[in-house]
Amino acid sequence: MAGTLLAALCTVAVGALLVQAGGADGAGAVLADPVVWRTLRFTLWQAFWSTVLSVGLALPVAIAITRMADGPLRRAVLALFALPLALPQIVAVLGVVALYGQRGVVTGLAEQAGFDPPSIYGLTGILIAHVFFNLPLATRILHGALAVMPAEYERLSAQLGIGALARFRMIDWPAMRPAAAGAAALIFMLCVTSFAVVLILGGGPRATTLEVALYQALTFDFDIVRAVVLTLLQLAVTLAAVTLFALAGGSVEAGMTIAVDPSRRFAGNRTAGAVLGGALVLIAVLFVGAPFGAILASGMASDLANLMAQHRVQRAVLTSLGLGLCAAFLAVGLAYVLSRGAVALAAGRRFAGRPAIAETVLASAPSLILVVPPIVIAAGWFIALRTVTNVYAAAPYLVITINAAMAMPFAARLIHPAMLAAEARNGRLCAHLGLFGMARWRLVTWPVLRAPLVAALAFALALSLGDLGVIALFGSEQVQTMPYLIMQRMGAYRTQDAAGLALILMIMTMALMLAAEHFARRSQMIETEGNSQ
Amino acid sequence: MKGLPVTCDDLLFRYGPDAAPMRFDCTFAPRTITAVMGPSGSGKSTLLALIAGFERAASGRIMIGEDEVTQLAPARRPVSCVFQDNNLFAHLDVATNVALGMSPGMKRSVSDEKRLTEALAPVGLSGYGARMPGSLSGGERQRVAIARALVRERPVLLLDEAFGSLGPALRETMLDLVADLQRRTAMTVIMVSHDPADARRIATDLVFLKDGTVGAQGPVGELLNGRANADVNAYLGSQELPS
Repeated sequence: MAGTLLAALCTVAVGALLVQAGGADGAGAVLADPVVWRTLRFTLWQAFWSTVLSVGLALPVAIAITRMADGPLRRAVLALFALPLALPQIVAVLGVVALYGQRGVVTGLAEQAGFDPPSIYGLTGILIAHVFFNLPLATRILHGALAVMPAEYERLSAQLGIGALARFRMIDWPAMRPAAAGAAALIFMLCVTSFAVVLILGGGPRATTLEVALYQALTFDFDIVRAVVLTLLQLAVTLAAVTLFALAGGSVEAGMTIAVDPSRRFAGNRTAGAVLGGALVLIAVLFVGAPFGAILASGMASDLANLMAQHRVQRAVLTSLGLGLCAAFLAVGLAYVLSRGAVALAAGRRFAGRPAIAETVLASAPSLILVVPPIVIAAGWFIALRTVTNVYAAAPYLVITINAAMAMPFAARLIHPAMLAAEARNGRLCAHLGLFGMARWRLVTWPVLRAPLVAALAFALALSLGDLGVIALFGSEQVQTMPYLIMQRMGAYRTQDAAGLALILMIMTMALMLAAEHFARRSQMIETEGNSQ
Repeated sequence: MKGLPVTCDDLLFRYGPDAAPMRFDCTFAPRTITAVMGPSGSGKSTLLALIAGFERAASGRIMIGEDEVTQLAPARRPVSCVFQDNNLFAHLDVATNVALGMSPGMKRSVSDEKRLTEALAPVGLSGYGARMPGSLSGGERQRVAIARALVRERPVLLLDEAFGSLGPALRETMLDLVADLQRRTAMTVIMVSHDPADARRIATDLVFLKDGTVGAQGPVGELLNGRANADVNAYLGSQELPS
């Protein structure tokens, strides 16, 4: 049922686009426009470099983190690296500008040291922002792969005295390779569909992506034919990318989780390698942490009291929370239903054998949203509804459903494994004791799934709160969310206001993210306790 | 690789600030097989991890032969380990896994190839070089691990419940293999096991641990005869005591 809903959401959107494209004569003219092709080229180019830089840098950082002694320090680093995932793009961009922009802190330091750093507007800034988001993501994915390596491997390598390079080539890389492919796939998809970062940091037609061009076609030029062509191009790109990655063996879903490993590792030796690793982690922590600090600093410098007293700001906070909560509950509900379907099919398969097609479909349905990015759905509905009703009146419903669809895969990644573990552990016992229906839900399912469900809810809410893509199209004087308000203030050159609002939004999302992580860890502890029995 | 004595001199270790402290004071005679026994959580594997260098003691000394190894990195200690599981890198073939014991940098020479072939013979796996660990049985995997320990030519061999997951008959075969190799190479073998039959079968000495300390040590025959130590008797239970 949930799958149908999701499919309908996408089908209507894409269908509307196709109808429009079929009926338009201007499509050929748009396709002949060199600007469109330059946009496509830049979209792929920036996504390619974002992916290469993020994953390439994450490889040594992940190894260094895995080698760190287990303790509060390593857990803190991993927790910090989970935060960018839920930091609203528009907030992060403000932080990046405060650091690397024309009057930024880092720029100032570089100039004092005699360097002439390039302008942040254009490819440089987009890459910095994308690496800020995706280096920690890739690091966590790769670390996850290393952490599940048998503990004996670490001990054996130490006892056999395998050198750093040989060790990377023979042990770490084979363990990380599938995860690296998955991380690259996910990051490429995220960057190809990146919106807010490019909208703010992209400089004119030379550094714009399909999504931003689409947004501009719909809002400023109101060129529907152009928008349709751009959307279809975007769709073709994401489809091609997902297919290519699937053929190459990478899975796009691998990275959508925030869970961390609790294992105790062999601490290693205090050698030159450990010092180098520590330095590397420190640099990565500074790079990832600095934008948070910059937002905090510039936000504190703004007139927060005055901002909070503004009626508009209060309403934006409430609107954000209201829409976000609806979207989060919808996302978790959809993820729950989909996961339950997949788990039921897996249980029916009885231990051995390959997953049936239906099971694979249900398990991978959440990732559909990566192929059909939110703004494409939004654009489709925008175009379809335009002829029927007032688009802006439908805004709340569309923001809720599309944000829910966007957050759903992340929620599913938290709920599905917990559910699978619970079923594997308790399924037979419940059948044996005759525990069914409400009794089973109350005694078995809810206690086990409470933590992952709450984690998924907090995570989905954080993601929805920060989304700019959908609201950028549907936002109006009546319906404004925090990211939308920030964008408006930035457009009006009220930088101080934007910084203050960004701080408020950062605090909201980061509090949710910390809560999500807390519950995700608890859910994982329940899982591992069960496994050791 | 003639066996060397191993001495743990008042080793103090704890897993965390809240964990109970463990204190080990014991000696392992050279060129013999010593069994380490004790209830779960008594510190058997911890003691082996300390000797191998995977854990560092807060105080005390570990001597192997004439040398103190307390602060040495695992690779620089004259010991080899065989764990219960995951002794082999699952993505590397048998030959490569064994070759890692000869040159961890993976530069194999022609004479190495010859040694490699010879290394698999004593454990009964001649011709298995190209096989992947996944295609081997549990016993065969442990044989490969032992082959690798042999090519490393370290005077001390640590077995951490190395045959714990094997069936009774196979376990006896593996124990006999270890005993046979020990006689030929005269290495010092320290073997963690929870089955007194293992100790009786091949070990000369026994170190009995209880609550993170050494509860008793001495010849296997004396300690396991039911008259030597109340803790050992309690651990063995009525089934295992000779009447």
